[in-house]
Amino acid sequence: MRMSTRAKTAVLAVVIVLVSAGVPSPTRSADPGPIKVALLAPTSGSAAAAGHDMVAGWQLFWKEHGGKVAGRTVETVVYDTASNPTHALDQARHAVEADGAQMIVGPYLANEGLAVAPYAVQHRIPLFLPTVSADDLSQRQASAFVIKVAGWSSSLPTHVAGVWAYEQGYRKVVTLANSYAFGYENAGGFAQTFAQKGGKITDQIWAPLGTADYTPYISRIQAAAPDALFVEMVGADAVHFLQQWSSLGLKSKIPLIANETTTDQSNIRSISPEIVEGITSFGHFAEGRDTPATRAFIDKYGKAEGVLPSYMATSFYTAAQWIAQAIENVHGNTGDVGTLLQAVRQIKLADSPFGPMTLDQYGCPLENVYVRRVTATTGDAAKYAKTWNVVTKTYPHVSQFWTWKPSDYLKQPVYSPSYQGYTK
Amino acid sequence: MTLQRRWLIAAGAGFIVALVLPRVGVPTFYISLLTQAWIYAIVAMSLDLLVGFTGLVNFSQAALFGVGAYAVAIAATRYHVVDFFPVVCIGIIAAVVTAAIFGLVALRSEGVGFIIITIALNEIVWGLAYQWVSVSGGDNGITGIVRPPVGPFDVSANTGYYYVCLAFFVISLILLSIIVRSPFGLVLKGVRETPRRMRALGYNVWLYRYFAMMISAGFAGLAGVLFAWYNQFVGPTSLSLDQSTQILIMVILGGIGTLYGQLFGALVVVFLSNELSAVTQRWEMVLGVVYFVVVMYAPGGLVVLVPRLWARLRGLRPAVERT
Repeated sequence: MRMSTRAKTAVLAVVIVLVSAGVPSPTRSADPGPIKVALLAPTSGSAAAAGHDMVAGWQLFWKEHGGKVAGRTVETVVYDTASNPTHALDQARHAVEADGAQMIVGPYLANEGLAVAPYAVQHRIPLFLPTVSADDLSQRQASAFVIKVAGWSSSLPTHVAGVWAYEQGYRKVVTLANSYAFGYENAGGFAQTFAQKGGKITDQIWAPLGTADYTPYISRIQAAAPDALFVEMVGADAVHFLQQWSSLGLKSKIPLIANETTTDQSNIRSISPEIVEGITSFGHFAEGRDTPATRAFIDKYGKAEGVLPSYMATSFYTAAQWIAQAIENVHGNTGDVGTLLQAVRQIKLADSPFGPMTLDQYGCPLENVYVRRVTATTGDAAKYAKTWNVVTKTYPHVSQFWTWKPSDYLKQPVYSPSYQGYTK
Repeated sequence: MTLQRRWLIAAGAGFIVALVLPRVGVPTFYISLLTQAWIYAIVAMSLDLLVGFTGLVNFSQAALFGVGAYAVAIAATRYHVVDFFPVVCIGIIAAVVTAAIFGLVALRSEGVGFIIITIALNEIVWGLAYQWVSVSGGDNGITGIVRPPVGPFDVSANTGYYYVCLAFFVISLILLSIIVRSPFGLVLKGVRETPRRMRALGYNVWLYRYFAMMISAGFAGLAGVLFAWYNQFVGPTSLSLDQSTQILIMVILGGIGTLYGQLFGALVVVFLSNELSAVTQRWEMVLGVVYFVVVMYAPGGLVVLVPRLWARLRGLRPAVERT
């Protein structure tokens, strides 16, 4: 028996209408249902590797805890931001308005975070930012709804780096950073405290994100012959830079003061050890930190993923732990946004894979900053990676405002190419 | 005659449906996606004026769209010009002026040369948005753009803004339809078909193309303005080459040279990219396959499918089907 074309088309049309209109409306009952969390992560696009780590860290925690907290199921939906702020915003709308998400965790990139934040504030949805480090989201644009849970501000570790560099006896330093907000803020944090101590920034180089050939920049640095180079790189840029820095023979000539991302585990795991060993960097995370909390986490993560965790994975694991504890404290009653936010703000992690963490009133953690050195892995970690970042010095309880009074610090503009915190 | 009438009825019915949608309990998220589709449809139609009616494949449409969007952001955050109609005018003028400069450079060549130059121009504007931090906010873009009221109407909520964008879409569609049917539009079609013959007939082909680019830019700039208010944020990705390509995809999907078809192109791209990315991580691949299938099996765009489907439903043209 064959259906006529007309009948087939009619059936098709009916099916389309039913599928598009036939979403059943949920029946109301006493059961509050699952806690819906939207995890915004770039699982495609330029930052896909980071997105993968974020999801892995988050899910590792919930797998350990059976996906439940305070007797309620936590339902996480991962939304792909495609490394694009406009798409991130679309996904936030989808999560909140179509899927009823009660909170947003993520996204990854600063520009994604800045796009999503006003939306979250407008819709009174808690936005937790474990990796978005844009200074202003916890400074000049701080909001009650936006909290850098287990997060950081870009210039927080580099303020420390500037002071440290001066104490090492460096007086003339060149900075090299990617020409976007994260680079400006990393370099600015360093430049401001270094110059304030009396050091001289002799040159500041901005390289476009996605530069494959750093040779011209490296020649310029060589010509300037500084005492040290401050460098901020992310992802593939970090890998390219470190390889070229070493192969052009500068690694043994000019000391590097790297930011957190340059020597993050996600980058150094793909580079041969002699290229990276001995490099000093500054971060709020060090996978080689020798304490029970960090060791336990890298061990778990290694077993699950077969590699050592990046700071992105660690941030999302710790954020999950943090948020779970807050939900526990409000007895699973996440309906009242104000109470939930307050509970999140009151959490004090005595120790975490990052170390102790508490929030300041602007929504950024007070946290340890580690002076880190890349060395060969030892013990169990050697199963998962050849090199890692170990701690050579700890600056405890560092504020995003370093030693300034917040009100004074906030009077200066956010770091940009035209404002780096010192007079040229 | 009857065909045209049928289209008018369909358009009227569509318009009424669009008017009542927010009133019949469609979730705000879908209202918000439809709003986005109206906006993208305007910029896709503006590109169709060039691709479909003038024969210029312009890859810098996102730059003009973005100039409109940045104009809103800069006017609002730096100069505190926030009123609705003045800002719309500023956005349109900014885009037209940009196109006037683009045209001087790009129209020195035709065909592939034109495409390459427009790609380069788009990259230049993107580079400015990305690197000129003191003006554009760089990679972070500009946030804090507030939707102003339209006269007495508050449009800060999704529904109000939906009607604003719908109105501008309808106005743009009508204006562009008038333009392409006018003597000016007929000359554009002549330029598209045989520029050499038009030259021989004494038409200044360069000037017609130049005007077409500026008119097109006006609509692209308008869409950019609406887009900036829609997202309440502007960043360099809204004027990237990717965005230009996406606008061109909407034109191709919808049906080159149809204008109204661009609405379907915009709807498909907006809805698919939002819905698919929630379903699968490989959504961009699926999108690619969809585009491929449409171009292979409906090279005239989605609009040719509508009458075909309609005819089949009414049993008028069952013979067309091949088995």
